[in-house]
Amino acid sequence: MSLLGRFPALAGVDLDVAAGEVVLVQGSNGAGKTTLLRACAGLAAFGSGEAEVLGHDLRKDRRAVRRCIGLLGHATFLYDDLTVADNLTFAARSAGVDRSAAAEAMARLGLDGRLRDVPAGKLSAGQRRRVALAAVVSRRPDLWLLDEPHAGLDAAGRNVLDEIVLDAARAGATVLLASHELDRAAALATRTVTMAGGQVTGGLLVPREPIHVA
Amino acid sequence: MWRDAALVAGKDLRVEARSRVGVNQVVPFALLVLVVFAFALDSDRDTLSAVGPGLFWVTVMFSGLLAIQRSFVIESDDDARDALRLSGLDGAGIFLGKAGAVAAQLAVLEVVLALGVVVLYDVHLHGPVMLLLTCLAATVGVAAAGTVYGIIAAGLRVRDTLLPLLVLPVLAPVLLAAARACEAALAGTPADGWPWVRLLFVFATIYVTFGVVAFGPLLEEA
Amino acid sequence: MTTKSSPAVRVLGWLSAVTLALTAVMALVVTPGDVNMGDSVRLLYLHVPTAWLAMYVSFGVTTLASVLYLWKRTRSRFWDLTAGASAEIGVLFLGLTLLIGSIWGRITWGVWWTWDARLTTTAVLFVLYLGYLAVRKVPASPEVQSRRAAIVAIAAFLDVPIVHQSVEWWRTLHQDATFLDDRRLLDPQIHGSMAWTLFLGVIAFTLLYCWLLAHRFRLAWLEDRLADRAMQVAIDERRAEAGIS
Repeated sequence: MSLLGRFPALAGVDLDVAAGEVVLVQGSNGAGKTTLLRACAGLAAFGSGEAEVLGHDLRKDRRAVRRCIGLLGHATFLYDDLTVADNLTFAARSAGVDRSAAAEAMARLGLDGRLRDVPAGKLSAGQRRRVALAAVVSRRPDLWLLDEPHAGLDAAGRNVLDEIVLDAARAGATVLLASHELDRAAALATRTVTMAGGQVTGGLLVPREPIHVA
Repeated sequence: MWRDAALVAGKDLRVEARSRVGVNQVVPFALLVLVVFAFALDSDRDTLSAVGPGLFWVTVMFSGLLAIQRSFVIESDDDARDALRLSGLDGAGIFLGKAGAVAAQLAVLEVVLALGVVVLYDVHLHGPVMLLLTCLAATVGVAAAGTVYGIIAAGLRVRDTLLPLLVLPVLAPVLLAAARACEAALAGTPADGWPWVRLLFVFATIYVTFGVVAFGPLLEEA
Repeated sequence: MTTKSSPAVRVLGWLSAVTLALTAVMALVVTPGDVNMGDSVRLLYLHVPTAWLAMYVSFGVTTLASVLYLWKRTRSRFWDLTAGASAEIGVLFLGLTLLIGSIWGRITWGVWWTWDARLTTTAVLFVLYLGYLAVRKVPASPEVQSRRAAIVAIAAFLDVPIVHQSVEWWRTLHQDATFLDDRRLLDPQIHGSMAWTLFLGVIAFTLLYCWLLAHRFRLAWLEDRLADRAMQVAIDERRAEAGIS
């Protein structure tokens, strides 16, 4: 994917990311990390410039882009009245993926036990984060946009998250990761970009080969 | 589009079935309105049965507003627009799904209200075909127009006041037409009613079409 | 566009002032009172032009400008600001129409309001466009605001014929006879000078409309530029924060 443009909260961005890369986006609070991720999902107002995500023009074909991305943001986007299983099934089906993806995600994140039939509104904050991550997994995205994914997860959850990110990259997906947990995230990343004042000010702090399989 | 519509409608109805807000709050509210009208007007049965159709549709309209508001509140409240956009579903599909779910809920409500009107206002049901067609067209019209304005108001701080301000004037002709058509049916003078029923179908067609076209861009506003 | 109004607009302003003054003289001094209505007929010289401007010209321009905004080839802020400015003037004029009509109705019919078809349609239109203006006031980024407003304007316009038709039937089917006989009132089988005054009034108010529109548009345009400048300042500050010149 590539992103080149002006957004109100971003002073100017020029970013090229290849398939199989895990890019860590770092920077202080308010540097524009969240906006960058939202811009990739076509959620930020476009000033000028061009953006191509997964072969689709973000300005023209946002829907095609959104069908193949998964965004884990600050909001969990869960339906409080629906059970965990229903929430994940809806996430999978709305991305055009078979409902079995939801079952897999549940198994992977340990949600297939008692929690399966609990309404999302009755979960604790940490459990909700876990379900939100599972919802992203259920969509089987080609581009993962993870905004502070480690926040609110317990140790076991973090380990699973790391595995999921590495697996996704190995399968040829692209991951953009905004995190303050630099040690943990840097271990996953093939590349790091630094942001300040709404701009990408530095890149390639962790030069490593992209994880690429076929 | 149709697949997405079915998905969204199924999800919305499932949420409503689970949360029971409709059963526990909207239906009692609607019945309460019928009772309150009876207090306000006159317990005189002639008056009530004469104004029955009008009150029925006023009540449906207010309850419809609640249903439309709910329809967007359930989308994770203030992130409604983000959640729907991120889903990657087709805009027209989301519109049809949401409007369909609202229409289905209103249809159930109308059955309950009709019973209420019969019992409380001493209205005798005549002309079932015209009544059914009126309900069908009016319900679709209310749901479609309401859903278009629902997405405009969704996520705004002023949504609770903005939605009625936008929707009620637009629905004014639906209220008029539905009430008149029902009156004609009940009075056994269907000839007076058919123009109104036709008008309701025109309204429904216009706003369903408008929603299918406009909902995507309205959802997309970044 | 400068911050000052252009000479053409000033000429327009003078023209509308002169024609309005002429209309006033014609309406109050030259024309005779009506046989039935007496002096209250003079209110119609205000009532008819404001009604015509609000309903046909202002809302027509709003609808047209909204369509032009939504159409990709002609999309520009210009149309959006025009639509908004025109609707504001339209709502103002429609308010005046209702007010004057109400005063006139009180004198002629003895009631402030009657559920006559034309009155009801006007009232519904008034609230419909109040809603439109409310949507314009909801804060959002300029592009979002414009698109949202344009769509609402078109949705409102689609409703106008349906409102008109339904109200028309409602009154004809359910009221035996109104005391308003439209045909007698609006058919200009009236005194020659009266017809001319009415005609002059329409011209005067059309000029006034154009003048108000130009000014309201200019104001909106300037507000827009101010917001743009603030945006540029914000972006510059952001750049400075990043340490880029």
